[in-house]
Amino acid sequence: MWDAEIRGMASAHAIIASSVFMATVMPAVLVEKFSVYGTHLVWLYSVAGSVAVVNIAVYWLLGIGPPTKKNTLSYKVSRLIRSCLYFLFSCLFFHTVVVLYGAPLLESAVETFSLAVLLSTLTTLRCLCILGPNVQAWIRVFSRDGAMSVWDTSLQITTGCSVVGAWLGAFPIPLDWDRPWQVWPISCTLGATIGFLTGLVAAPVWIHWHRKQLTYKIK
Amino acid sequence: MRVSSSVFASLCLVFEICGIALFLRGFFPVPIKSSFSTKNRLSDFPAEPLTGSAPNSTKIPSPLFKKVVIVLIDALREDFVFGPSGNRFMTYTRHVIERGSSHSFVAKARAPTVTMPRIKALTTGSIPGFIDVVMNLNSPALLEDNFIWQAKTAGKKIIFYGDDTWVRLFPKHFMEFDGTTSFFVSDYTEVDNNVTRHLDSTLKRDDWDILILHYLGLDHIGHISGPHSSLVGPKLLEMDDILKKIHASLIARETEGSLPNLLVLCGDHGMSETGSHGGSSEPEINTPLVLISPAFKRKAGWEKPGTLEQVDLAPTLALALGLPISQNSVGRLIPAVFEETSLRDQLRYFHLNGFQLSALLRDSTPDYHKEDGYEQFRVAEKSHGNWMKLYMEGNTSEVLLNMGKKVLKQYLEALKAMSSALSRQLGKYDMYSMIVGMIFIIQVLLLLLLAMPEALSGQARVDLPVASALLSLPFYLLCLLFSSVHVLVCTSAGGSCYFCSLPWALVFSAIVFSSALLCTLVVMATRRLPTASKSPVKTSGSDWALSELDALLLIGTVGHTLSLGASSFVEEEHQTWYFLLNTLCLAVFQDVCRKYFREKRSGNYGADDSPLLPSNKGKEESSSQETSLFSPVAELGVSAGSEKWLALATPLLTLACCRLLRSLNQTGVQWAHLPDLGHWLNSAEHKVVLSLLSVVALILIFILVQRHCSLVSKIALALGLLGVYSYRAAVGNVLFPWQHSGRAVSKGTVEARFVYIFVLGILFTGAKDLLRSLVASTDGRLKSRGLWEVYSGMVLLVALLFRAHNLPTLACCLFVQTIMAQFIWKKLHYDAAQTTIMHYWFGQAFFFFQGNSNNIATVDISVGFVGLESYVEAPAIFLTAFSTYAGPLLWACHLVCYLSSERDRGTVALGHGSYCLALLRSVPAVAYAVLVTALRYHLFIWSVFSPKLLYEAMHTLVTAAVCLFFTFMDHDRSSRP
Ligand SMILES: [Zn+2]
Ligand SMILES: [Zn+2]
Repeated sequence: MWDAEIRGMASAHAIIASSVFMATVMPAVLVEKFSVYGTHLVWLYSVAGSVAVVNIAVYWLLGIGPPTKKNTLSYKVSRLIRSCLYFLFSCLFFHTVVVLYGAPLLESAVETFSLAVLLSTLTTLRCLCILGPNVQAWIRVFSRDGAMSVWDTSLQITTGCSVVGAWLGAFPIPLDWDRPWQVWPISCTLGATIGFLTGLVAAPVWIHWHRKQLTYKIK
Repeated sequence: MRVSSSVFASLCLVFEICGIALFLRGFFPVPIKSSFSTKNRLSDFPAEPLTGSAPNSTKIPSPLFKKVVIVLIDALREDFVFGPSGNRFMTYTRHVIERGSSHSFVAKARAPTVTMPRIKALTTGSIPGFIDVVMNLNSPALLEDNFIWQAKTAGKKIIFYGDDTWVRLFPKHFMEFDGTTSFFVSDYTEVDNNVTRHLDSTLKRDDWDILILHYLGLDHIGHISGPHSSLVGPKLLEMDDILKKIHASLIARETEGSLPNLLVLCGDHGMSETGSHGGSSEPEINTPLVLISPAFKRKAGWEKPGTLEQVDLAPTLALALGLPISQNSVGRLIPAVFEETSLRDQLRYFHLNGFQLSALLRDSTPDYHKEDGYEQFRVAEKSHGNWMKLYMEGNTSEVLLNMGKKVLKQYLEALKAMSSALSRQLGKYDMYSMIVGMIFIIQVLLLLLLAMPEALSGQARVDLPVASALLSLPFYLLCLLFSSVHVLVCTSAGGSCYFCSLPWALVFSAIVFSSALLCTLVVMATRRLPTASKSPVKTSGSDWALSELDALLLIGTVGHTLSLGASSFVEEEHQTWYFLLNTLCLAVFQDVCRKYFREKRSGNYGADDSPLLPSNKGKEESSSQETSLFSPVAELGVSAGSEKWLALATPLLTLACCRLLRSLNQTGVQWAHLPDLGHWLNSAEHKVVLSLLSVVALILIFILVQRHCSLVSKIALALGLLGVYSYRAAVGNVLFPWQHSGRAVSKGTVEARFVYIFVLGILFTGAKDLLRSLVASTDGRLKSRGLWEVYSGMVLLVALLFRAHNLPTLACCLFVQTIMAQFIWKKLHYDAAQTTIMHYWFGQAFFFFQGNSNNIATVDISVGFVGLESYVEAPAIFLTAFSTYAGPLLWACHLVCYLSSERDRGTVALGHGSYCLALLRSVPAVAYAVLVTALRYHLFIWSVFSPKLLYEAMHTLVTAAVCLFFTFMDHDRSSRP
C-alpha cells in the first residue's frame, strides 16, 4: 500500500513539475521576445496558471481531496466560492508579508502582488486541493506532528520548500552584481519556483526514506 | 577556578577588547612616510643630469607664477562645474573653461572623502591613512612636510579664510587668517559670508603671495538637503560671482614683465546622491580642478576634462612656485601646466618630481630595485643626461627635439609607475600585530564556545582549570616557544611592528596569558570530549529537538556572520537585520498561534493528541500566581480573554512598527538615495508635522517608561521630556506653539543642560535604589525599580540626543519592548538564551533604524555638541558614541531589566543573558577580524571593510560595558543568601 501511494504521489509530482517546465518553454514559442527575465510577469503568470490547472486536474482525477459530506450543487458552489475567497485572502496575506519584509509599498505593487499570487498558487492552492477550504484542517496539518496521510506530509514539505525558497531568493538582491535576475521580484519568484520543484522531488524521497518512522494516526 | 557566567563573560569580553585593539593597531598602520624627520629643502635638489664631466649647473627652476589664489569649495562635485548645473549656474567659470586660458581636470579624491584627510592630501600630496578619519574630530597640527610649510619657509606670505580645520592643521603658517567653524551644519550663508567679507580688501592689497579660500556653504547644503536641492543653484551662482571677482582682479593686476598669476578652483571631495560624503562612490570622489592663468594657452572650445589624482596638485603647485616637492607626496606633475616652458625646463621639472618619488620609494620599500618605475626612472635620467650633453654642445636640430620628447615620455611613464607603486604600498599591514591580536581573540572565542554547556547550565558557573594549566609543563614550554618566536620575528622585521615596540614586560605578560589560555583550552576540550562521546544518545535524543525558532536564531546568527564576507552585505547590513527580524517576528507569531490555537483545538476536538507543550500549562498557572505583581493582567488591566488577542497582535504590531521605521531612515548604499520619511519630515514645509510627531512620540515615551518608576522619577522624567521638546524648539527643529516667528535660533545650551540635570537626577535615584537593594536585600521590587530608573534615565538622554525625526524610533523601541515583554517573552516562556538573542537582534535592527550604517559618514557628530558651548573632547566622544549605539544599548538595558524582574526564572537568568550577549558579540567580531585579514587586498578594503571594522570594535566595547553592568547586577544578587 505504501509503495503504491508513494508511486502515485511521485507521478503526480512529476506531472506538476513538468507543467512548470512546459509553462517556461511553451510561451517561448507562442509569445514573441519571451524571456524569463525580460517578460518576467508573463512567465510568472504562465507558471502560476499551469501549476494551478495541473494541480486541480491531477488531484481531481486522483480523487484526493477532502471527503465531501454532501453532494448537492449549492454545497459545491459554496465550497468553490469559499476556495476562491481563501485564495484571494492568501494573496493579500502574502502581499502584506512581502511588504513587511521591505518591498516598496506603492512602486512595483504589481510585481509584488504577482509574487504573492505565485506563492499562493504554490502553497494555498495545493492546500485547497488537498484539504479543501477548512481552516481547522490547515492548522492541523501545519502544526507539529499533525500530518495524517502521505499527502499531508508532501503538502508540508512542498509548502515549506516554496516559502523557504522565496525567502532565500531575497538574499541576492542587495549584492552589487547588476545581474538581470536581481531585479525585484525575479530572484524571489525564481527561488519560490525552484523551492517548489525541490519540494516536489524531495517529498516522495523523504517519505520513502522515513516510511518506517511515519505512522499516521487515522487511516 | 569557578566563576559565574556573567563574570566569565565580562572577562572574556575585556580580553577580547585588548586583542581587538592590538589587531586594529596592526590593521591601521601609520601611513607611509619617509624616515627623514627633516623636510625637503631647496639645497637638497639634485643636479640636472648631464653625461660627461662638464661643470654641472644646479640651477633651481624658476617659479612660473607670482600669486596663487586657491578657491576650495567644500563638496564641489565634478558635475557642479562640468555638468549641466555648471552650465546653468557657473556661467562665468564655464566661459573661462571653454574659451579662456585655463586647464580643467576631474581630480579623483581617495576614500575616505572627508574634509580633513582631503586637505592633507591636497597640501602634502600624500594619501593619508584611514585612521585620519577618526582624528578628523580633533585635528592636531600637521607635522608632515607640506606645501604650506614649504611656501612659508620660502618666505611667501599666505592668507587663509575659511574652514578652521586649516588653522588647526597649520598653526602660525598664515600671515592672516579667519577660520569659520563648520559647527552649525544648518548654516550655509553665514559661513561663506565670513570668507567673502575679507575678499575685497585682500584683493586690493599687494602684500601676499598665496590666498586660500575654503567655502563650506555648499557642503552644508548637501548635508541638509542633498545635491539636487533648490539651494544648490544660488550657492553655485554665488561661488561663480566670487570667482569672477577674483579673476577680474588678478587680470587687472597682471603687469608686463612680471610673472603671471594663477587661480585654482578645486573641491576637497564630492557629495553622494544623498548629500553626504565619506565613501568612495563616483559622485563622492570626482571633484573638478580648474587652473586659470594667462600663462596657459587659450582654449578654443569645450573639451572633456581629463582625469588625474587629487594628490597631483601639491607637487605641481610646489614646482610652479619654485618650491621643493614635499617629501611624502605621491603625486605626479600635471604636464599641461608646464607645457609652455622650454623643453629643458620641462625635463628638469619632471626629473625633480621623479627624483622625489624615487627617494620616497627607496625609503619605503626594501626591494625598490625590483620596481619597474624605479628602473624606468634610472633609464630616463640617463637619456636625460645624454640629451643635456647634446643640448649644451649647442645642438638645436630636429633630432634633439624629438629625442627630448622621447625623454619626456620616459619620465612620464616612470612617474606613473612609481606613483602607483607608492599608492599600492598604502595597504601595508603590520601582520605580526594583527596575527597576535587575532590569536588572542580566537582563543577567547574558543574559550567561550567550550564553556557553553557549563555557562548555560542551571548553576551558571564556569569551572576554569587555570591552576592545573599554570602548573603543567606544556605551559612553560609554550611560554618559551612564544618568547623565542617573538624575539625571532622582532629581530628579523627590523622593529617596524607595533607589538615589538611594546615594553618587554607587557609583551611577556601577554605571552604568559596566551599560553595559559591555550593550556586551559586544551584541558577543557579534553574534559568535554569523553562526556560527549559517552552520552551521544542523550544529546542527540532529547537536547537536539530544536524548535523552528531555535533553528532560526542559530541560522540567523551564523548566516549574518558569513554575510560579512561580501562587501555588498556589509554595506547593506541593515537589510540582513531587517530581514532576520521580520522572520523572527513571523516565527514568534507562529509560536503564539500554536500556543493559543492548539489549546482551543484540543478543547474542541477532545483529546486527539496531547498539547504541544505539556509542561507549560502547569508551569504557567503556577508562575502566574507567583508573578502576579508583574503579570500584564495586573499591570495593563487586560482581561485574560483579550490577552490572547493581544498576544496574537503583538508580533504583527512589531512587524508594522519595523516596516514604518524602515522607511523612516533610508540607509546603506544602493538605496540610500531613495526618498525617506526622515528627509520629508526635516524639510522646512513639514515642520508642523514634525512638531506634532515629536509631541506624540514624547508623550508615548513618557507613558511607556513611567510605569515602573517612583513618583519623583516620574515628575523628573516628565519635566525632562518637556525640556527635550524645548531644546528642539530652541535649535529650530520644531515649533513652539506660542513661539513668535522672529525668534532667533540658538544653540539651546540652557535647555539641554536643563535636561542633563534631570537625566543625572533620575540616574542618581536609580543608582541609590540599586545600592539600597544591595545593602538591605529584602525587596526585589526595589532593585527592579532601581534598574528601571537607570533605564528611564538612559531613555531621557537618548530622547535629548536623537534628532527630532528619530523620536518615533525611540517611541517604537519602547513600545515594542513593552508589548513583547508583556505578551511574548513572559507568556511563551522563552528561556534566557532565546530572549537574549532576540534582544540582540532587535538591538542590531534598531541600530540601523535610527539611521546608522556601516559608513563613517552617518555618524552624527553634532550630537557631541548638545549642551556644550564649544568642543570638549571627552563628553563629545561619549555623547556621540552613546547616541550612535543607542539602539543596542537600550535593548541590552531592557534585557537586564527584564531578566532581573523575572523572579520565577531563578537567579541564573542574568548569567545566561550576559554569557549569550558576549558570545553573540564575539562570534561576528572574531569572524570579521579573520575575514578582513583575508580580504586585506580587496578593492573595497578602505571604503567598506575598514569602517565596519571600527564599528565592530566599538560595538564590542559597548557590549563589554553592558556585560560589566550585568556582572554587577548579577553579583549583588548572588551575594545574597
Ligand atoms: Zn569637505
Ligand atoms: Zn561635509
